[in-house]
Amino acid sequence: MIEYRIHGRGGQGSVAAAYLLASAAFEAGHTCQAFPAFGAERRGAPVTAFVRIDNKPIHLRSQVRTPDFLIVQDDTLLLDREITDGLKPGGAMIVNTKRSDDEVAEAFSCRTKCIPATELAMEYIGRPIPNTALLAAFLTMTGHLPVDALAAALKGRFKGKLLDNNLALIQRVTGMVEPGAWKETEHA
Amino acid sequence: MREALEGSQAIARAVALCDPDVVAAYPITPQTHIVENLSKLVAEGDLHTEFVSVESEFSAASVVLGAAASGARAYTASSSQGVLLMAEVLFNIAGMRIPLTMTVANRAVSAPLNIWNDHADSMAVRDSGWIQLHCENNQEAVDTTIQSFKIAQDTDLPVMVCMDGFVLTHTMEVIDIPTHAQVRKWLPPFVFKRALDPSDPKSLGALVSPDFFPEVRHSHHAAVDKALPVIEKVDASWAKTFKRDCGGLLTVEGPEDAKVGILAMGSTVGTLRTGLEHHDGPGAKLIKLRAFRPFPADALRAAVAGLDSLIVIDRAISPGLGGILGSEVKSTLYGMPNAPRIHNHAIGLGGRDIPESIVGDLLSSIEDPDAPAFSVFDADLSMLPPEDR
Repeated sequence: MIEYRIHGRGGQGSVAAAYLLASAAFEAGHTCQAFPAFGAERRGAPVTAFVRIDNKPIHLRSQVRTPDFLIVQDDTLLLDREITDGLKPGGAMIVNTKRSDDEVAEAFSCRTKCIPATELAMEYIGRPIPNTALLAAFLTMTGHLPVDALAAALKGRFKGKLLDNNLALIQRVTGMVEPGAWKETEHA
Repeated sequence: MREALEGSQAIARAVALCDPDVVAAYPITPQTHIVENLSKLVAEGDLHTEFVSVESEFSAASVVLGAAASGARAYTASSSQGVLLMAEVLFNIAGMRIPLTMTVANRAVSAPLNIWNDHADSMAVRDSGWIQLHCENNQEAVDTTIQSFKIAQDTDLPVMVCMDGFVLTHTMEVIDIPTHAQVRKWLPPFVFKRALDPSDPKSLGALVSPDFFPEVRHSHHAAVDKALPVIEKVDASWAKTFKRDCGGLLTVEGPEDAKVGILAMGSTVGTLRTGLEHHDGPGAKLIKLRAFRPFPADALRAAVAGLDSLIVIDRAISPGLGGILGSEVKSTLYGMPNAPRIHNHAIGLGGRDIPESIVGDLLSSIEDPDAPAFSVFDADLSMLPPEDR
């Protein structure tokens, strides 16, 4: 089982990101579970969501305490140094930020990849929703799921121009990161 | 068809597959997405039903009461304070033996205000005379929802399908949704023999004097009791058609010769199962109670035979008594030869996250001879002033 924790802010679509990742896992033939850390959500407040992906039924319902990977949708959340709490040894973190990998990695002991996902989303979709770019980069690097599965999950949600723009964004992002760079941590 | 779906969305789809004539509900967290999705299905023309937007849960329950009494298949859903606002009508629905279905997205009850999951709401209407079934996961919630319409009309009783708020309602997982054709073939059209009919006038719920009231209550009690075999039969019929079941009244897993058992209801069972799989040492039996009303006393006595200790997990408490489920299990096993010793704990009140490591803590707690007969197991008493501990 691979466990993910997603950190974002209310309005950025953290729960949508979790559902999108789980849907992509389903499209790739896995079992999945995605849920938010239920709170009284409001715009801008920190929001956490969780995803589990496996090849057998998932019975565990607790929050993800020891994730294999972190997906951080807003770099101001890095001010909280506890954001990496519980991350498994060998785990990694992907961050939506314009800052460089080295600059962010300096403050944390885990492997880190930075993607300017908000800027890319503005360019391709016209809205500051970083999910497609972050997940495309993440899946390309980990190889957990084929990037096609993400495209299939997006096809279940969007139509027309919005879908085309999202698919174009996937193409752009997959060319920005090293395929399989985080592959050795795959254990699903 | 298997799909990755949010629990609430799946429940709305399941309700729609049953062709309800009338749906009335008032939104409340964490039930809201069920009602939203139902109204969306209506707006998009995928569900043809009389969707009644009401101004309160009291009205929602009243509308489905009236609808079902006139012979319509009716559905409603609520949570927490909403269930309490319905309470008077819920007793009326059951007392008039009106067959209908209601989803309770289980949530704690105020005060203090808490929107998260426990079982205080459905427990508060435990004695209303409804059938109450609990679901471990969203597949069971979908299947039990469809089954509940059949159980209701086979028993002339209302059925409450209890699913853990947020933990199930807001969780996306892989769910197999039957087709409309499959459900139409399995679920007969709604028939209510006592339906109000102007050509054959009668009353429902009229004044009953002391001359008849005890007989009415006796027959209600007997009717709910008689639902036990119906719940089993409907689940068996479901399994025959859909190749999966929901566990009838209760299920028992784990080693045959285990001396310790853990009993729970709802989504907690999944976490306990995972905890037991990863726990070293002698295994324990896991008893999942699906039917809470009617209470399956005989099945429970059979399930605990051979156990030395039984840990009963409550997701609600009765202040001044302790665990509600724990007390019921104790009373059921009273007088049974070699009955296991009961260790009753409430966990996860008001949505406190339940980690799988709790299984180890629960199992070691039974070794403590000074352990209290009941505890709020995951409460950190150091957070309280000494006089409140």
